[in-house]
Formats: sequence, C-alpha cells, structure tokens
Amino acid sequence: MAPATASAITLKINGEHHTLTVDNRTTLLDALRERLGLTGSKKGCDQGQCGACTVLVDGRRTVACLQLAVAAEGRAVTTIEGVADGEQLHPVQQAFLDLDGYQCGYCTPGQICSALGVLDEHAAGWPSAATGDVRPEAGPPPLTPEEIRERMSGNLCRCGAYVSIVQAVSQAAADPARPATGTDPKEPAA
Amino acid sequence: MTTTAKPRTVGAARTRVEGREKVTGAARYASEQPFEELAHGWLVLSTVARGRVRAVGEEAVRTLPGVLTVLHSGNAPRLTTDFVSLLGPPDPVVALFQHDRVPHLGWPVALVVAETPEQAREAAEALVVEYDEEPHDVAFRAGRPGTYTPEDGSAVAAKGDLEAELASSSVLVDASYTTPEQHHSAMEPHAATARWAEGRLEVLDTNQGTGWVAGDLAQLFSLDASSVRVRSEHIGGAFGSKGVRPHQVGAVMAATVLHRPVRLALTRRQVFAVTGYRSPTAQRVRLGADPDGRLRAFGHEALNLTSTLRPFVETSAVFGRVMYDARAHHTAHRLVGLDMPTPTWMRAPGEAPGSFAVESALDELAERLDMDPIALRARNEPETGPLSGLPFSSRNLLGCFEEGARRFGWAGRDPRPRLRREGRWLLGTGTAAATYPSGAAPSTASVTAEPDGGFTVRISAADVGTGARTALTLVAAEALDVDPERVTVRIGDSDFGQAWVAGGSMGTRSWSLAVVSAAEELRGRLALSDGDIPPEGITARTDTAGLLAELAKKERHSFGAQFAEVAVDVTTGEVRVRRMLGVFAAGRIINPLTARSQLVGGMIWGLSMALHEEAVRDAASGGQVGADFAGYHIAANADVPVIEADWIDDPVPDDPVGVKGIGEIGIVGAAAAISNAVWHATGVRHRDLPLRPDRILQAEETGPGA
Repeated sequence: MAPATASAITLKINGEHHTLTVDNRTTLLDALRERLGLTGSKKGCDQGQCGACTVLVDGRRTVACLQLAVAAEGRAVTTIEGVADGEQLHPVQQAFLDLDGYQCGYCTPGQICSALGVLDEHAAGWPSAATGDVRPEAGPPPLTPEEIRERMSGNLCRCGAYVSIVQAVSQAAADPARPATGTDPKEPAA
Repeated sequence: MTTTAKPRTVGAARTRVEGREKVTGAARYASEQPFEELAHGWLVLSTVARGRVRAVGEEAVRTLPGVLTVLHSGNAPRLTTDFVSLLGPPDPVVALFQHDRVPHLGWPVALVVAETPEQAREAAEALVVEYDEEPHDVAFRAGRPGTYTPEDGSAVAAKGDLEAELASSSVLVDASYTTPEQHHSAMEPHAATARWAEGRLEVLDTNQGTGWVAGDLAQLFSLDASSVRVRSEHIGGAFGSKGVRPHQVGAVMAATVLHRPVRLALTRRQVFAVTGYRSPTAQRVRLGADPDGRLRAFGHEALNLTSTLRPFVETSAVFGRVMYDARAHHTAHRLVGLDMPTPTWMRAPGEAPGSFAVESALDELAERLDMDPIALRARNEPETGPLSGLPFSSRNLLGCFEEGARRFGWAGRDPRPRLRREGRWLLGTGTAAATYPSGAAPSTASVTAEPDGGFTVRISAADVGTGARTALTLVAAEALDVDPERVTVRIGDSDFGQAWVAGGSMGTRSWSLAVVSAAEELRGRLALSDGDIPPEGITARTDTAGLLAELAKKERHSFGAQFAEVAVDVTTGEVRVRRMLGVFAAGRIINPLTARSQLVGGMIWGLSMALHEEAVRDAASGGQVGADFAGYHIAANADVPVIEADWIDDPVPDDPVGVKGIGEIGIVGAAAAISNAVWHATGVRHRDLPLRPDRILQAEETGPGA
C-alpha cells in the first residue's frame, strides 16, 4: 500500500496504460522522464515558461511540468514518442527534419507537440492574437507565417530556429497526408 | 552562393545525421540515461551576496525521508583548484565547498543528496544555512571608482597619438554605449550523472568538450587522467556556458562519498546563478575623420565587471583591432571587481557588445559626414591588420556589403531619418559590419577502415546544435572519397583523445583539420595494404599540433555585413524588426543547410540582444531580479521575422581545409544594424541596450537627435 504521500495511478500514454506509484508531488513531466523512461519530453525550466515539456493531454497542448501526475489520471496523454506511426515519421516531424527546424534539438519535441496542437486548434477555428477577424462565423483564418509565429510563441528556442520552424509547420499544414492527432481539442478556454 | 566542392559531400545540403533521433524524442541528453541505484542531488545556493557561512543545519534534514547525505564546506572532500588547463584556470565556482566564504549571491553552499528528486528538493529547501553577512557592492556603471587595467597582454593595444589626431580631425564622434548583463540560457539546463565503475570515474554530462571536462575533473579530484571518462552525446545548447561547472563537481563528490551513481541537475534559476553570464559593458568610442571619411583617430575603451575572485575580460575593444585602421588607434579594457559571479564567454565574447558600440559610432560618423554608411566602411578598409601589420588570410568584407546591399535593396536609400511612415509605424533601415576570429587549436582524431567497407571516425568533438556531427561526416567522406553513408562519426567521448572544444568558432575548423589529416594517413596506409581489412579494422590516428604550428602567421577572420529593417511605434515604444539579411565571408561552407541555421540563429541572438535581453541586478540583495524566462526575455517566435543569411565565396589559399567558424559571427553587428535602423526610423540615437519601450518613449520626450 502506498504511503499517504504517494498514490497508485494509471496513466494512459500514447495509447498504453502504465500503472505506477508516485510521490504526490511528482509532476507529469517527472513521471514521464524519471519513472517511465519517456525522456523525449524535455525539462527546460520546470516552471511553465519555455514549452520544452509540451505534450498533448486529451488533444490539448499542456506543459507537463505544471501538471501533477496524479491529475493526469484518466486522460489521454500524447508525448513525442507517440507522434510517429511506427517507423513512419509524422509530416510535422519530417518537415522539422527536412527543413532543419531545430539545432540542438532540446526544444524540438515540445515544438513538434505544440505544432500538432496548433494545427488542430487552427482547424477547429480558434483565433489567435494575430487573427484579424475573430468573429466565430469567420472560420479558421489563413495559417499565415504571422499566425504560426504567434501560435508557436509558447515554445522558446534559444538556438534561434524560429525561421525554419515556421516553414516546417507551414509545410506540414499543407501536407494532404497529415493524419489527425486523434482527439479534437475541446472548446477554447475562456 | 557558390561553393566548389563535390556535390555529394562537402557543399551539399544535408539533413542532420542524428535528426531522426531529435524529432522522435529518442536522442538521450545528459540527464536521461537510466541507472540502477541512482541518487539525486540538489544544490543549495547562498541567499546573501557577501559574507561567511556560519552554520549549516544539516542534522534537521538528514532525518527527512530519503536523504542520503548533505555536503558543505564543513565536510566536503578537498579539491585541487590551482591548476591551468586547456582553457585556463577553472572558474572559481567549481571550487565547491572548499571554504566558507560567500563571494556572491547564489554561491553554492551545500548539496543535498536523496533517493528521489522530490526528496532531495524538499530537504534542500528545508536546509537552514546561517551567514555572517557583510556589505556588498554589485553596482556597475561607467565612471565608478575601483576600476583597473587587467594584467592581460591584450588589454591595451595602441599606435599613434590619439588626442593629437582627434584634435586635427574635421569630424568627430565621441559617444558612450552600454550593454546589460546577459545570460546564455541554453534550453537544456546543466546536468551530470557520475558513477565509479571498475576503478574509473564515468560522467555523463552536457558540455562543449569532453576532453576538457575530463581533464579538469581529474585535476580537481587528483585522479590519473586515464581514470576519468566523460561522455556528452547530445547537448541542448551551450553558447559558452557548458564547461566545468558545479553540477559535475557535485555529482562526482557525492558519487565518491556514497559509492553509488548520483545525478545533479540544475534548476533553471540555478543555471542563471552558477553557469556564467556576459558582463554588462560600458564603452566609449571616439572617432576622428577627415572630410572624405578617412579615419585619423580610432579610440575604444571598454569597462566590464568581474567577480572579486578572478579577472574576466569581455574583450569588446578587440573588434576594432581587426576592422578599421587609423593613424592613431587606441583600444583598451578596464575591469571592476564586484560581489558578483565570475562572468564567462558567451556567444561572440567581446565582439558582440564591442560591435554594437563601434558599428553604432560608425553610423553616427557617416551621418555627420553626410556619407553612405557602406561607403564609409569601404573608405576605411585596411590592407593589412591595423595593428599587427600582418596580411589577412582572406578578407571579403566589401564583397559581403556589395552582395548584401544588392539583395537588401540598399541603393537609393534616403539617409535622412524619420521620413518613412506606415500607419502608426515609423520605418527605417540600418547596416553594420561583422567579424570574428577564425582560429584553430591542436586536436587528435582517428579514422578506422572497417572490414564491412565502412569507416569510423572518432574524435572528442561536441555537437552543441551546430551540426558538427553531420559536418564532420561530410568532411571525412570527402577526404576518404567515399559516400557519407559509409562514414560513422563518433563524438562526445573523452576516451577518443584530446581535441579542441565547441567554442570560439574554432570547433569545426579544428576538428576538420584533424579528421582530414587522419583520413589522408589512412588512405596512404590502405594504398600500401593488400586490401584485406582485419576484424579490428585499420586505424590511423593524428594530432594536428605540428600542422598548425606550420600555418603562416596571418590575420585569420570571418567577415560579414548585416542589414535590418525596423518599424517603431513611438506612441507605445514598440520596436519590431521586419526583416534581416546577413551576408558572410566565412571560408568554405561544409553543409549549407545547417550553416544557414547557425548564421540565422546568431542573427536572432543579435535581435534578442537589441530588443529583449537584460538581466537586472537588485542592488539591495545583490541578486538577479526574476532569474527565469519571465524575468529574462529572449526572442520568442513572434519576435522574429523573415531572416536571411547567405555567404559569398571566400577561399583561403594557404589553408589545408579552408573552413572558418560560423558559430558566432551571426550575432556580431546585428544589434548595431537594428539600432542604426531605429535611428533611421526615429531620428534618435539609442546607445543603451536593450531598446526597451520606455527608452523609445523617453527619447521621444527628449526629442529627435538627442
């Protein structure tokens, strides 16, 4: 039996169920990295400011460092390890690789997960600060470089790969073979 | 862009050999290898800026759940710290727990080790450290007392009578510039895992040179060099900050005491405190010119701070020693020792802040001369090194300006400020020159012909995001005259022998020399063999020390021209960079895909330096205010417009590989180009970075031309 400061939980990650006992203070990020060997999600600041730990929780972008593992129970978590289809890279991954949308690679998993969220949010008609016409009936705005820059600004890249990141997201968005990420994002938060 | 290499190897765009691992999350960084029985360390940093540790309340935390040990100056193993290694003496902060003095806020005072990271953190935060506090001084500014000239041979360089030439000049500029404290902020925080295995110390780390770190750890812990192995396979950015730091020393100390593997990962706030930073600078530039623009006098004085422990010179005044000649040429550095961490190298150390001052002053001089800024630079293009008199190995600065001006659309630019308006925005364009040394240092490498027809290169190089692993694959393939697919490059392991670090824009150049040299020797040996490769392969190993000693003494540098267009809203103070173009003469470009990324990345650093980056020190506490990414701003995606980087042919006739470094030149001059563009937009000279909204607004009140 787990002590009072720990909890036995089951996490659903990339479609697989993992049962483990965690210190209640363990963040989702530390559970992934330290307990489950899923080190693709990166720890850049551990305080929600850099985006390197971005994962999708029920299809929505989430910084895993600000979410406790116990709070992720019962939700579908997608990490960078679950983005490719076996050996077949996701078009977003392929575009980052082909267009050199990275340098040191440390922010890259978060950028890619964030880009998946951006594409879904955009398809669902969510506006951004760069959107001209924000009326609901206006529909999704064109996914211009300005829209991508704005929507990807929660993910810092110190190497300065932004220019090719924008190109990569733009190219992947136009890829007709792009699969859906599985879960539609919920309504935008207020 | 044209390069003259075989298309299938050097000169052809190639994606990164480790790219698949990086986009799938499979690439393992320093803190990501699993270990049995791994313990976790957590550093405790001082909360006072000066004084002594009076007591460490370790008893109260040793009983907390999971705590294994608490190390501090009262019980830590003794280290040897008075040595000089590859890059000089170690940073004072690696003398972990060797005395009870506190020389700055954030000085490591204890290390708590526990079974889990959560337990270590809880205990570290519960640890009560008592201090005898003393008054501190962290106030940096021009003209403050206590400055001194460092005993560094390159601190001062001079020829001619500066005051006399200034007095006989027709046009003068005398201006003061400041740049703030800046932090590397690599996305991967420093982390190391140390363990003893079969009589050897093994350290998994994130650093710019495994041989350098291994050598320093051997010295610190009085170990035989061969009994230390440091590996650093993937590195999440470095920029000068990833050398020997408290994380490796603490991990090794704890692993030695506890006889089990220990990982010490720094938090983001700790990275700001103990991994170095770029000192703020206060600079004065004095230029005197004839009416035709020819410089008679060039003066540049630069002040930076250092700790009370060690002089560190931010070599801002070196920039002009390469760029411009004048009858009288005087450049000097001064220091002031404060109760601050010791500064260190940060991307384009010296040239980054130095170029902001000099290239801004050149723009002011061009304005006063009513001369085009590019024409002014062309007028002062030196034949040989302005102070050394040595020939340049290659200098294609004007070629960069020509190509850049053509592509940027510089011709026909109206030089008058504050004339272009688009809605709420005032628009302007600016330019600046760039240079960075192209050095090389001795390195060893081995190349093995494998029985399966492949080749394995081993070199203790580091790929900090530069694409070095891929570049060396292409370099080796060309030297071996085989397809790159047959070449495996292994790096990041001190067991591969001594090699230069990923620093000073010298890495890829130094390593390429070693790899080419080993490959050539291997080809010679293969030509003499009967074609059979034994199971262990045939290996050639070389050291480039002799080769480098034979290189003729010359001024060896990269050059470049930076262009920027900005929009300024003078009612909100917002500055937006609309586009940037950099054209560089940087020797032979090995991999255009990754080279462009690196140059653009440097230019984004320049943008970030111009508009965002500023670490603020609180005079009362002596600490950095908001030491995180909310308090220390670096450029985010939405700050960055279309940025283009390209290069012109830049052959280096007498060089064995013709490769120059490109890691740092992208930042040089970029902030000045932006600042000059802001003047062109608004008519106000800004001489203090960053160009914050309040400074833009303040300047509007003071009036144009202030």
